[in-house]
Amino acid sequence: MHNSLRNDFPFFANNPGLVYLDNSATSQVPACVIDRLNRYDLLEKASPFRGLYPRSVQATDDYEHARDLVRDFIHARSSQEIIFTRNATESLNLVAYCAGGTLIHPGDEILVGITEHHSNLLPWQQLAKRTGAAIRTLFCTRDGSFRAEDIDRAMNEHTRLLAITHMSNVFGQINDLQSIAQAAHSRNVLVVADGCQSVPHIPVNVSELGVDFLAFSGHKMLCPMGIGVLYGRKSLLESLPPFLTGGEMIEDVTMDGAVWAPLPQKFEAGTVNTGGAIALGEAVSYYNRVGFEVMMAREAALTRRLMDGMAVIPHVRIVGSSDPDRHHGIVTFTIDGVHPHDISAIMADQGIAIRAGHHCAQPLHAYLGINATSRASIMFYNTEAEIDAFLTVLSEIRGAMGYAD
Amino acid sequence: MPIKPFYNEILTDHNLYPSHKKELPDANLTLRGVNPSCGDRITLHLRVNEAGMIEDGTYTGDGCAISQASADMMLDLIIGRDRETALHLCSLFMKMIRDAVTDSELEELEEAAALKDISHMPSRVKCAVLGWRTMAEILRPAESDSVLPCTIE
Repeated sequence: MHNSLRNDFPFFANNPGLVYLDNSATSQVPACVIDRLNRYDLLEKASPFRGLYPRSVQATDDYEHARDLVRDFIHARSSQEIIFTRNATESLNLVAYCAGGTLIHPGDEILVGITEHHSNLLPWQQLAKRTGAAIRTLFCTRDGSFRAEDIDRAMNEHTRLLAITHMSNVFGQINDLQSIAQAAHSRNVLVVADGCQSVPHIPVNVSELGVDFLAFSGHKMLCPMGIGVLYGRKSLLESLPPFLTGGEMIEDVTMDGAVWAPLPQKFEAGTVNTGGAIALGEAVSYYNRVGFEVMMAREAALTRRLMDGMAVIPHVRIVGSSDPDRHHGIVTFTIDGVHPHDISAIMADQGIAIRAGHHCAQPLHAYLGINATSRASIMFYNTEAEIDAFLTVLSEIRGAMGYAD
Repeated sequence: MPIKPFYNEILTDHNLYPSHKKELPDANLTLRGVNPSCGDRITLHLRVNEAGMIEDGTYTGDGCAISQASADMMLDLIIGRDRETALHLCSLFMKMIRDAVTDSELEELEEAAALKDISHMPSRVKCAVLGWRTMAEILRPAESDSVLPCTIE
């Protein structure tokens, strides 16, 4: 099938022999996003917020317009709830740093999903060490889902915060954050969600989900690296102290103290990544123009083709559900007797880019009893021919490693 | 047309049919080596007598074919040798991986010379040297604070 959206991405014309199936690590970027970034950097660059001349005023307007686009994209109630950061890791660290002594106190417990990427685990580990809080693990079932009764049982009167992903970067499984947030809130537990894999692939509505914080990165959703987002409930963000201090985030400064700027500037210290934010706004506009309906239909069809093909190759085992509709383009797998790095190296030799390792989810791999896995991850711009090329190589890997079967 | 064998046959054989991948109950030296970038891990078990001779050695663990085969070839080479010879071979192996080895040095490495091409695969160097690095860590004299003969930049 012809995929005209693919033409929007110059990467593919520049890499004609490459089958790119590492989209969960980082996505490619459409030309319109880079054109918009270039326009700002080459033709329109000025420091936002402070200048009284037209270029600066325009930069401020464009930066804030990008924030409004992101607000609408994830259905936040207010633009003040959208904080621009470097990436999801910085977003999560922001919350974890500011939570010490405010949201988290000695003796409190922080519940962390076993599925979490290291960036939604280590900030909480460090916070627990700093504050004298404890980390508790929320375990998932074999297919990567969380059962309501397990969530309920894992919380107690000391639990203050639950850190959990919206979509696992290993299973591709979506967690029902709405129910999870309801259960957590009924016990006064805050929910910090990792939206890195969900926001680029499914419509996300933070107001409906009811989570307190949601972090995601621009580079996984058609943007260059270096721009990310923290969504936070306004009343919570207002109650937190600033993360970094310095320029732009103040209202009034004396030698003895300062009055912080209102949201969202309070959490955006220093000269901001204006071009990155504008590029993210353009990426959001691209999503809006194409529509999730089109993208999701393509990703679902490609995932089904991929998993149907994998199911009939002997010795290939898929991690998580056998139902393609529950993977959202993320298919993690093993081959009996072949280490994931050898799989990845053979794939690379055949012009196919996939990921091998523990995908920054080492505790999850230990829990599943697997040292490492391989992962193919799909974006709407992939093609049926690419899936078929991957399947052909996959079926020949054991032979290439010296097995007689 | 099926894709060709990916690694050379010596490497593939050592990976599929390792001679030394097992526990060593009477080991007196054991060390775990980890390659954090890809999760390869090897635990090296050696039995070294008072004269410094490596009487026996095995490895356990999990990793890519290069890391496993390299450790197996290394044990083929160092069992029955003394500590100094093992460390010397290690430094030759590291030279080979840096593509700086002479033909006569290559001969000393016997089958392990099959890994010479790794010098052209920068992303796999850490896999190839994992077992060797671990061996050097175990065997280097306790009083020595000199740079390991088996480090690689």
